[in-house]
Order: sequence, then structure tokens, then C-alpha cells
Amino acid sequence: MKGFLARAARHVGFQIGAVLLLLFVGTALVSVFWTPHPVDALQMRLKLQPASGAYPLGTDHLGRDVLSRIMVGAQTSITVGLIAVAIGMIGGVALGAWAAARGGWVDEALSRLSDLVFAFPAVLIAILITSVLGASAQNAILAIAIFNVPVFARVTRGAALSMWGRDFVRAATAMGQGPLGITVRHVMPNIASVLIVQATIQFAVAILAEAGLSYLGLGAQPPVPSWGRMLRDAQTYVFQAPELAIWPGLAIALAVLGLNMLGDGLRDLLDPRLRLLRVG
Amino acid sequence: MLEFLSRRLAAALVTLVLATVVVFAVVEVLPGDPALVMLGTDARPDTLAALRARYGFDQPLVVRYFKWIGGLLTFDLGSSHAYGTSVAKLIGDRLLVTLPLGALALSWAVLVAIPLGVFAAWKHGRPGDWGVMGFTQIGISVPNFWFGIVLVLLFAVTWQLFPAGGFPGWRQDPVKSLHSLVLPALSLSLGEIAILTRVTRSAMLDTLREDYVRTARAKGAPERTVLFRHALRNALVPVTTVAGLIAGFLIAGAVIIESVFRLPGIGQLVYDSINNRDLVVIKNVVVLFTILVLSVNLLVDVAYAVLDPRPRVRT
Repeated sequence: MKGFLARAARHVGFQIGAVLLLLFVGTALVSVFWTPHPVDALQMRLKLQPASGAYPLGTDHLGRDVLSRIMVGAQTSITVGLIAVAIGMIGGVALGAWAAARGGWVDEALSRLSDLVFAFPAVLIAILITSVLGASAQNAILAIAIFNVPVFARVTRGAALSMWGRDFVRAATAMGQGPLGITVRHVMPNIASVLIVQATIQFAVAILAEAGLSYLGLGAQPPVPSWGRMLRDAQTYVFQAPELAIWPGLAIALAVLGLNMLGDGLRDLLDPRLRLLRVG
Repeated sequence: MLEFLSRRLAAALVTLVLATVVVFAVVEVLPGDPALVMLGTDARPDTLAALRARYGFDQPLVVRYFKWIGGLLTFDLGSSHAYGTSVAKLIGDRLLVTLPLGALALSWAVLVAIPLGVFAAWKHGRPGDWGVMGFTQIGISVPNFWFGIVLVLLFAVTWQLFPAGGFPGWRQDPVKSLHSLVLPALSLSLGEIAILTRVTRSAMLDTLREDYVRTARAKGAPERTVLFRHALRNALVPVTTVAGLIAGFLIAGAVIIESVFRLPGIGQLVYDSINNRDLVVIKNVVVLFTILVLSVNLLVDVAYAVLDPRPRVRT
């Protein structure tokens, strides 16, 4: 741990990423208790106001404070991203570890299945789901989670397979330990760093996906503030209030940038030889 | 070679068949009654019955599935509930916008990314490299639809060099049509440029370490020849693979970008069909996307096998 901190102190990318992530999570946490103005206070009189002391980022087309909505929008991004990645990770890690431990037809079948999911781009999975089940934050989570399962399955399988060839795992097999015991006791602890790095990157991808879906109107529904939705609304008023289209996009970009830099930094610090999957 | 190709083709076909089953299950089985999804819960019973009869929703699932597959094979995709025209024609018209958009974005990405990647590898570990890598980090983090809106703010609202959206149609005005695809293609290519630059850079770094590159340098070959003739040529193998994979995702990215620029392409068709609950269109477009992605992946594998004989031997 000490060595990790010492190396982290020299890794500028990691530090920038960590600061951006702290800002992102901090904003979301603060917004739970406090926002400069009530998020849903409609004041048609004050619509499309430019930035001012009372409204640092101006007001939107319904006279709502943009800064407050961006702060609460961070909650939406984090909630959707975290739950989707967590579901994808639990499912994918279990399947990948199973494929690595069992091999044979299980491995083959799971590879075909992940090919199948990869043949549908994430946006299409989301469109299919929302067109049938309706647009909501839950269905956006479901769509992003489904896409995350094969990503984690592939990474886990690859990393776990290389562990199964190691001497200490062979020794455990020779001592009569079962595949489940070996996976839990020996394989998982040794591939945890790969999974942590991949999860960071997937969190970034999930935030981008959530923003895209809510931009299309397929994510969190009004009145819940979401950055993608704010961009959609802002675009309608791009000629009257162009700056409205800047802030939510900047928020998305900084959050994603922070997670990406943190992920790349973690990879360098934990295991520089790692190869990551990056698909979106 | 032939065995390798047929194996890849067979795997792609299996994936495609599975994909049609999944799409069919999601669109026609999962909701219970597709007619109810299309018309809404307050539709009158006789209207629902008429729609069920029109689209054959009253027939057994297996019959419906095979009828649909038969239709796909003969390009008879049925007719759209919302537009009242044939789905095949609807898709064909929209492809005339989406395919040129994707092609423009991909060529732009390749044109920018390969020189950038070569440059970064050449300046490895120095400020030029850091600059390029910083740019790619931003490129993968900025949502392309926001980049599109920013481009509109700059080039359409402020400087009025390009239209903010819309598409006049190839037959009406080919020059203006091409003009209106410029900003969408630029926004679509941002993330792809970033990814392709990184791949080019790391592939170049690998080949620059090879013995034949050292030999070429030792012989006194000029740096430009070493970089482009010797190193880049071999680095192009992984770059082609990734460029192909990206092509598949470009098509999907078009859904959002077409919505930003109000282009009447496939993406916009999908978007409108969701709002119209036009399940017949959605089902067919999703399978079409899948076919496109799978064929691109297959083409990439073939190109890979032609460019580099090694993976063929391994399989």
C-alpha cells in the first residue's frame, strides 16, 4: 500500500483523475442536502436568464436554476452508472470465472453468447428494451448492465485462465480443492486489480451511455434532472441561450475524463502490463 | 484460407440466427401482446383485433418467426404501421443518408488518426507524444453528441458556415446535402479518431522495436522511409482491425448524431419508430444493424487474414 501511494504521488494523470472524481462524487453528495435553488422551482418569468450572482450558470427554458440541476444530475449519472456496472460486474465475473474454471462446452457457449451481445451496439440494446418496456431510468440501467456483462465476462475469463495455469493453483488442485474453492480463494484475489481497473473504465462508459440515452429521451424521465436530457432541452434554445448547451456537456465530459484518467492511472500503478477492453 | 473463411462465416451466421431469435423474443414475446404495445392500452378491441390480423399477431409464435425470417430473406419486410409504406423502401431511403455519413466519418477518422498516431510514436515519451495522448484522452471522454452541439454553436450559430441541421436530399441538391453532412461526420468521428490514434501509436511502437526497422535505420534509410514504408506498413494490421470494429459502432453512434442534426437517416427512423411504437420497423432495423456489424467484423477478419498470414495458421 505504501509503495502504491508513493507511485500515485508521482502519477499526474492518476491525480487529475482522482480530483475530478472527488469533485463529481462530492457534487452529487452535496446536492442531496443542499442546492442553491430548489431543483424543480418553475419561474417562467425568469426563463433563459444569463449567468448572474443569484444564478451562476443562468436559468433554463422553465426558469429553473441550471447549477442546481447540474448538481442533482450528478446523482442521476452516478446512480445509473454504479448500478449498471455493479449488475454487469456481478453477472460477468461469475460467468467469466465459471468459463475459465470449467472450460469445454461451457466456455464455448459463453463465448458465443458474448459475441451475440457484442453484435448489438449498446444503443441498440437500449432502444430495443425501451421500445418494448418503456423509457425510464430503470430500463436504461438494465440496457447498460446487459452490455456490461460480456465485457466483464471476457476480462475475467482471460485473467482467470492465466491464473489456472500457475503453479500455486495447480498445487491447490493437487491438494484436492474444488474449482469453486480455488476460484474464490486463489483466482479471484489475484485478478481483483484487473477487475477494479476495468470497472473504473466501464463506469465512464456507462455515464456516457446514460447521457446518450437520456439525450434521446430514453433514460431518466422528467422531472428528474439528467445531464443528457438537459442537453436535449438546451439544444432547442441554442439560438437564444447558447451557453445552456455548454454546462451539462462539460459536466459529462469532466466526469468521464476523470474516470478514464483514474482508470488508466490505476492500471499503470497496479499492473502496467494489463490490456483493457474499451468498447462503447 | 478457405477453411478459415468458412469457419468464420459459419460463426457469423450462428450469431445472426441467435440475434434474430433474441430480437423476435424481445419485440414480440416479451410484451405479451405486440398490438397493445403499438396502439396503447386505451385502444378499442376491434382496432386491436384488426391490427393483430394485419400483422399476423394472432398466429402461433413459431409461424410468425419463420414468416418474418422468410420475409427477411426475400427483402419483404412488411409495411410500417406509422408510415404506411414498405419497411424495405423506408430503410433503403434512410441508408442513403446514414451510409455516406458513416463513410465520411470513418475516412476522416482514418485520415487524422494514422498521421497523429505515427507522430506520437515517433515522439514517444516526449511532449509531442503527451500532447497527442492528452487529446485522445479528451476525445474518448467527450460525448460525441455534445461535441456536435458545440460544433453547431460555433459553425452554424456564430460563424454560419454550415447548417445547424436538416438534409435537403441528394436528388434536390447534392452539394448542399454533402455540406450538411460535414458537421455530423466531424462529431461522429471524434471518439473514433481518439481510439484509432491510440491503436496506431501502440502498433507503431511495437513495430519500431523490430529488427528490420533497426536494420533499415542502420542502412541509413531516411526517417520518413523507416516510419512509413517499414514500420507503418506492418502496424496497419491491428489498425485495420480496429478501424473495422469502429465502423460497426459508427453506425450505432449515428442514431444519436442524426438526432442532433435532424438528418433523415436510419438513426432518426429508429428514434421516430420508438416514439411511434412501430415495432415492425424497430425489429427489422435492429436486425439490419446486426447484419452490418457482423459483416464488417467478417470483412475485418478477411482483411486481417490477407494482410497477415499468421492468425490463419493458428486456427
